[in-house]
Amino acid sequence: MSDPNGLITAGQAAPGFTLPASPDGREVGPGQFRSHPVVLAFYPADWTPVCGDQMALYQAALPELERYGATLLGISVDSVDSHRAFAESRGIRFPLLADFEPKGEVSRRYGAYAPRGQSDRALVVIDPDGRVAWSHLSPPEVNPGVDGILDALEQLGTDRRVDAR
Amino acid sequence: MTTPLQVTTARLRIPVSDRDHVRGPVDAPVTIVEYGDFQCRFCGAAYPNLAEVLRQRADVVRLAYRHFPITNVHPYAESAAETAEAAGVRGRFWEMHDWLYEHQDQLDPVHLSLGVEQIGLPPDEVDAEVGRQAHADRVRQDFVGGIRSGVNGTPTLFVNDTRHDGGYDLAELLAVVDAAAGG
Repeated sequence: MSDPNGLITAGQAAPGFTLPASPDGREVGPGQFRSHPVVLAFYPADWTPVCGDQMALYQAALPELERYGATLLGISVDSVDSHRAFAESRGIRFPLLADFEPKGEVSRRYGAYAPRGQSDRALVVIDPDGRVAWSHLSPPEVNPGVDGILDALEQLGTDRRVDAR
Repeated sequence: MTTPLQVTTARLRIPVSDRDHVRGPVDAPVTIVEYGDFQCRFCGAAYPNLAEVLRQRADVVRLAYRHFPITNVHPYAESAAETAEAAGVRGRFWEMHDWLYEHQDQLDPVHLSLGVEQIGLPPDEVDAEVGRQAHADRVRQDFVGGIRSGVNGTPTLFVNDTRHDGGYDLAELLAVVDAAAGG
C-alpha cells in the first residue's frame, strides 16, 4: 500500500537509505552526498516509453543540474540487471537505484509507491542538510520534465546565499 | 490524505526574438515555437505537417525552430543542429533544416557533408566549423531555454507561448492554430 500521507513534502527530513545501483550494484544513497543537493527521480518502470524519454532527457539535462552541485538518482522497483541494460540502451550514466528487495521499501518511505506495485512518477529535491526542499507527483503517463527541479535548485541557491549573509 | 497530482501547463519562458530562426510573416497572429531534434523520428513525422500548416495558413502562422538534441539517444543530433547553425550564419538555416528532416537516416558525417554541398554551401568550411564546435553554445542555449520552459521531449511545440500537449497530425495542428488565431 502507498503511504496514506502521500508524497513527502518540503520541510520534512528526507529518510536515509542506500540501494544497489547500476552499473555495478554498489550501494548508493542520498546520505553520501550531504552538503550537496540530491534529486531523487522515482519512476514506474525501465523500458516503458515515458520513463525512457524522461530518463534520457535527464541525462541530457544533467550538466544543468550539476551547475547547482546537484546529484541525480533515478529509482524504480526494477532490478540492478534491468537498470544496467536500460541505462545502456538510453545512454544514461547517472545511477539508477534498484528498490527491488524488499520491493518498493524506499519508495514507500517517501510516499512514492503506487498500489499497482510500482514507484510513482515523483520528484524529490533534498537540500544539502538532508531536508526535502521540493517534491512533485506526476501522473504516470506525464513526463514532468526538468523545469521544476531547476526552479527548486535555483531557489535553494538563493535561500542559502541569504542565510550566509 | 494523498498528495494531489500536479499537472501544470508549461509556458514558453524565452520569448521569440531576432536570434530565432523564424519562417512565416513577422506580424503573424499565431507563433509556433518548435523544440526539435533532427534525429528524432517524431520530429521527422511532424515536419511535413508543420510545413503544410504554414502553407495552408500562410497569413496566420509563423514557425520558430529551436534545438533540443537528446545526444545520449541520438548520436548525430548535435552535429546536425550545429550544421544547421553553420548554414544559418550563411543565411541558409531553413534550407539545411529541411534537408536534415528529409534525410533523417543520413545524418552521419559523410552524408551530412554531402547535404551541405547540396544546398550550395562550402562543405569543408562548414565541416571545420562544426568540428571545432563553433555553434555548440548556440545549440546549448536553445536546449537550456527549452528545459526551463518545460520541454520534456521532442518535438515540443508552443503555440503562442502555451505548450501544446496534443498530437502532431495535420488536422489537429490546423485546429490548434485556428483556435489560437480566433482567441
